[in-house]
Amino acid sequence: MNRSTIDLWVGVFVAIGLGALLFLALKVGNLASFSTADTYRVDAHFGNIGGLKVRAPVKSAGVVVGRVADIGFDNQAYEAVAVLSIDARYQFPRDTSAKILTSGLLGEQYIGLEAGADGRMLKNGERMRITQSAVVLENLISQFLFSKAAEGGDAKGGK
Amino acid sequence: MADPAIAQIEDLTFAYGRQPVLHGIDLDIPRGKVVAVMGQSGCGKTTLLRIIAAALLPTRGRARVLGRLTGELDRDALYALRRRMGMLFQFGALFTDMTVFDNVAFQMREHTDLPEDAIRDLTLLKLEAVGLRGAAALMPGELSGGMARRVALARAIALDPELILYDEPFTGLDPIAMGVIARLVRQLNDSLGATSVIVTHDVAETLPLVDYVYFMADGRVVAQGTPAAVRRSGVPFVEQFVSGATDGPVPFHYPAPGYRADLGLAGAA
Amino acid sequence: MRAALIRLGAAVTSGVWRLGYASRFFVYLLAHSGTALRRFRLTVREIYFAGVLSLIIILVSGLFVGMVLGLQGYDTLQRYGSSEALGVLVALSLVRELGPVVAGLLFASRAGSAITAEIGLMKATEQLSTMEMMAVDPVARVVAPRFWGGVLSMPLLAALFSAMGIFGGYLVGVVLIGVDEGAFWSQMQAAVDVRNDILNGVIKSVVFGVAVTLIAVFEGYDAPPTAEGVSGATTRTVVTSSLAILALDFVLTALMFTGGN
Repeated sequence: MNRSTIDLWVGVFVAIGLGALLFLALKVGNLASFSTADTYRVDAHFGNIGGLKVRAPVKSAGVVVGRVADIGFDNQAYEAVAVLSIDARYQFPRDTSAKILTSGLLGEQYIGLEAGADGRMLKNGERMRITQSAVVLENLISQFLFSKAAEGGDAKGGK
Repeated sequence: MADPAIAQIEDLTFAYGRQPVLHGIDLDIPRGKVVAVMGQSGCGKTTLLRIIAAALLPTRGRARVLGRLTGELDRDALYALRRRMGMLFQFGALFTDMTVFDNVAFQMREHTDLPEDAIRDLTLLKLEAVGLRGAAALMPGELSGGMARRVALARAIALDPELILYDEPFTGLDPIAMGVIARLVRQLNDSLGATSVIVTHDVAETLPLVDYVYFMADGRVVAQGTPAAVRRSGVPFVEQFVSGATDGPVPFHYPAPGYRADLGLAGAA
Repeated sequence: MRAALIRLGAAVTSGVWRLGYASRFFVYLLAHSGTALRRFRLTVREIYFAGVLSLIIILVSGLFVGMVLGLQGYDTLQRYGSSEALGVLVALSLVRELGPVVAGLLFASRAGSAITAEIGLMKATEQLSTMEMMAVDPVARVVAPRFWGGVLSMPLLAALFSAMGIFGGYLVGVVLIGVDEGAFWSQMQAAVDVRNDILNGVIKSVVFGVAVTLIAVFEGYDAPPTAEGVSGATTRTVVTSSLAILALDFVLTALMFTGGN
């Protein structure tokens, strides 16, 4: 086994190894989309973000327009702060609303944007004013039970 | 003023853990001579060789080699000392993953900055000295025992060492190969102006070849001198060793209880 | 009873002692890796023997594992009407877990045992002692290149395993069974994240590479210089490496793939 043959095969090996890594990153993963695009950041305050995670998609009309860049906590207002990183190609009016939605029935949570009507667009670092928190299942259930109990009480009381 | 002895062993004691191997050895290796250290297997001669090679440190006593005390050497000094020595291991110990040429060129490539053509010339020179220049492209697996031993010898002298150590160089060789190695040991020693130490138990091949002999038994030197003097010395162990007698100071029977008693014969003592 | 306890205690003590010895050996190895990296030719040779010669077994195994994932995955998913998620299943299983782990296990048995046997034999035939006598540090000249050769080969082999596996899943799922090709790839791309999944898988394979190769060179270097010694060391390499991979996999998975935001 002489040197140049070994060098050749090692070169081939490293080349196809790196090729496999590239294949995984581009065709299998989501490297091709988003990471190199220009983005601008806006933040949104929510009463409850539910199960929203960093890197969750930000969608408008069902199309992914950005990602959740960071999730923090406002200790003054006791609210959740989500920083959204939105693709610079898409501009949204200042009165756009952000809602935390669930994909499917029990799937991942994401942020859905509904465009408003304001003439001025959101700029880097500004804040979305209109937000709707995630639906927390326990609150829903207790609400439901409470309203059912109230109905029943009224009916009895009314007799 | 060069020291008359290239290696001096003073009152050397050595033990592997609790197992004592050498007891109070005193010997000198005179410069420029070929010296044999002979004895039975297990008498400690290989251990002695390793101490001279600074691969082992004395438990007590001193080993002075090429002017340095082996016990005082740090790693760099140790490696510097070893570059002035060459060692031929039993069975050759060639590097099996490289050719004969690369084996001999190994030390030159590792320790010198010589350009490749200089290394090539020197390597072929060394191989020519042992008669194997034509085998330069072979792999160690393709060599016979005798050829492998000769390549290892060429490798040991690659950097023109001042001290050459041989660990049982004649083991397992046919008479022709043995004769070749013996001739090479003497020739290379004289042409390089080096000193050689041979550890062996091959009396017939070694005694005619060397200038001085040390006989060892049970970790002690029992006789020393020129081959002629030693043959005449009358020391019983030497007589038995040289003549190959089956019984003498080294008994034939391993110590055992009475023979008749062991066999269960009636009337046993 | 008492004898058994004594033996157990002795085994644990010697195990801990050996671990300490192995750690010191590792530090020494790293400190003397200069030669392996400066004379990169030596390391390239070892990448050939550890990496290139493992290619066949890695590629074939990857293909078969991917195909089995395709079959089993489809069988389970189509019961819940989610057969379009097959791509996601195959890709995530391979990239996060099976790629690094199975490639690591195969590497340990093929390349790891070969490295141990080679170093052990060099020790038994006194080649390492010869080098010492020639004032060449055998750890720097023989052991370090093999270590770095293994560490550099492992991530590439794991990536190749995963890629072949995904291809195998594609073959079975899309070509053979008929799952929709577009859904296969697009759902996979949506679900597999480069940072969280692929990068973590690569990190795992690097960690496994270090563990397996370190165990292999250590066992070879420490092997008793006899025939039984070398064969025992080779067996120990495969067993210890496999256990190490599985244990490290648990630790790394717990660190990487659980936890919240």
